[in-house]
Amino acid sequence: MGDLLVVPIGEVENHWLQAAAACAEAMLHMPAQLLNPLPVPPSALHAQRNQYLSTSLLELLLPVGRERGARVLGVTELDLFIPILTFMFGQAQLGGRLALVSLARIRPEFYRFPPDPALTLERLRKEVRHELGHTLGLVHCGDARCAMSLSNSIVQVDAKNDSLCASCLARSQDHLRALQSGGNS
Amino acid sequence: MKSHWQILVVDDESVMAESMAAWLREDGYAVDTAASGAEAVALARSNSYAMCFVDLKMPGGMDGIETMMEVKKIQPEAVVIIITAYATVDTAIAAIKEGALEYIVKPCNPEEISILVQRTIKVKNLQRENEILRKKLSRKYHVHDIVTKNARMQDLLHLTREIAGLRSTVLIRGESGTGKELVARAIHFSGCRAKARFVAVSCAALAETLLESELFGYEKGAFTGANAQSKGKFELADGGTIFLDEVGDISPKLQADLLRVLQERRFFRVGGNEEIRVDARVIAATNKDLAKLVEEGTFRDDLYYRLNVIEIQIPPLRERREDIPMLAAHFVDRLNHELGRAVECLSSEALRVLMDHNWPGNVRELENAIERALVTCRSTELTRDDFGFLGQSRNSHTWVIPPNTTLADIEKQAIKVTLERTSGNVKEAAAILDIDRSTLYEKIKRYEIARA
Ligand SMILES: [Zn+2]
Ligand SMILES: [Zn+2]
Repeated sequence: MGDLLVVPIGEVENHWLQAAAACAEAMLHMPAQLLNPLPVPPSALHAQRNQYLSTSLLELLLPVGRERGARVLGVTELDLFIPILTFMFGQAQLGGRLALVSLARIRPEFYRFPPDPALTLERLRKEVRHELGHTLGLVHCGDARCAMSLSNSIVQVDAKNDSLCASCLARSQDHLRALQSGGNS
Repeated sequence: MKSHWQILVVDDESVMAESMAAWLREDGYAVDTAASGAEAVALARSNSYAMCFVDLKMPGGMDGIETMMEVKKIQPEAVVIIITAYATVDTAIAAIKEGALEYIVKPCNPEEISILVQRTIKVKNLQRENEILRKKLSRKYHVHDIVTKNARMQDLLHLTREIAGLRSTVLIRGESGTGKELVARAIHFSGCRAKARFVAVSCAALAETLLESELFGYEKGAFTGANAQSKGKFELADGGTIFLDEVGDISPKLQADLLRVLQERRFFRVGGNEEIRVDARVIAATNKDLAKLVEEGTFRDDLYYRLNVIEIQIPPLRERREDIPMLAAHFVDRLNHELGRAVECLSSEALRVLMDHNWPGNVRELENAIERALVTCRSTELTRDDFGFLGQSRNSHTWVIPPNTTLADIEKQAIKVTLERTSGNVKEAAAILDIDRSTLYEKIKRYEIARA
């Protein structure tokens, strides 16, 4: 079994990385390792939208995961999108190795509220759990308080807990046990 | 279960199609992508799609509208959503005329697409439920399909067969969840009326005026919003059976109207002056003690005697525990199929838990419990742990009441637990607790009980 790697894409303040790593460690029960930042590929930028193509950034993580990681968590300040959607909070490979979370839209400043690092941290933890949950094969949960519920807006992010509901937790633990007993997914 | 539904995304730009597919997969759907109209048509031949997202502008042979029309030829039921850019909105609007349900302008707010998908899937689920129900009607609701080896139930089934061919009114009594409608359907479908319709009306669900027009229909202009004449349930049930559930809840005025139909077999539509004659067998059901309501003066005695020509009393599940293993196996079997599960059996310990439970919500509660256990079960056998949620009530016959408990404490606890069991459904909870809904609301408020 490989490692849990936390990779900044572009510049990300260290304390956010530490927080994301701690949260991922607690969820996956494996020690996290912080890697050096990856440079942002210019091709990922959509100049008119001033946003970055989320799938391009996930692809950036692909070689990292192939070489060393059981799980790779990308953390970025960049505002993410896919062509059909106006934005994304994060993205992951369903049942795969890679997850990506963005800080851009979880800061209160984005919505013209005063800065609130504690609130941002709480939201970051929810998003890390959510995206890593996808890598464990979890799909969206109907329980609006579960971290695996779908959030299309910051209001929905704030409405949920940073923990999984009993059913999602049991499923994620099954998946983890399978991972640890040698099976690499 | 949404994961049964397949979605198709058609776009010549693979980044667009693949990223959208990945996003929908996170929501639990099985998603295919196609890079051209021709590919989409080929996929539609071998798969069944609940929804297709089709990009309007695609180079080569087929554009979005043509693709949609070809796919719809193969799968008329598929819901098509056209994806468009601002520049081509006009063409997208034209696509609606050709049969697209909706168009979305990219980039689109994620919430908008989510709501669109949820709404469509909800409708699809309902349609399928109806279909399953229709199929069941023709084969499942025969008397012999009610699973039982309890002597009282067998007597009851014997009775339903005997009265199936009669026209007499039947009153079915039983606690909430005992399967009153199932027995009513059994009577209908094993008699000579089986070819005509079985029409069910829940009398408690509607306000008096609504119920009146629901039962008797209305003429154009009878009230604001009555833009056309409409047939009521009695007319729809002509030649067949009308099932009046929760008949104990109807108002004095409707009691009088109903009595008239039972006596004379004719009535007026709301706002009408032409008499309508119908031949509908009436089967009524209630979880209330109608005789007591008659005594108290809230239910007409003449109507009671009209309804109560043949009385059937369904025993609660706790009085026919010997049926629990068969019923459980029956539900596992059926729900496996509906939920796409492959559970083979119940462990003997799990069965013990089910046998010991008190089942205040009766057969319906048992069915819900099996469904809940199947959803979370992770092996091919349902174990005691899968029914952990029945825990508190498992020892309900050996209550421990701590010192200094007040009657109010017990009442509060009973209401809380019952509301949990009915997932917050006050109407159902009130029926189980055998108090009326307004009283329950009052108590919920008084005890400050949080509702799920
Ligand atoms: Zn959940
Ligand atoms: Zn998600």
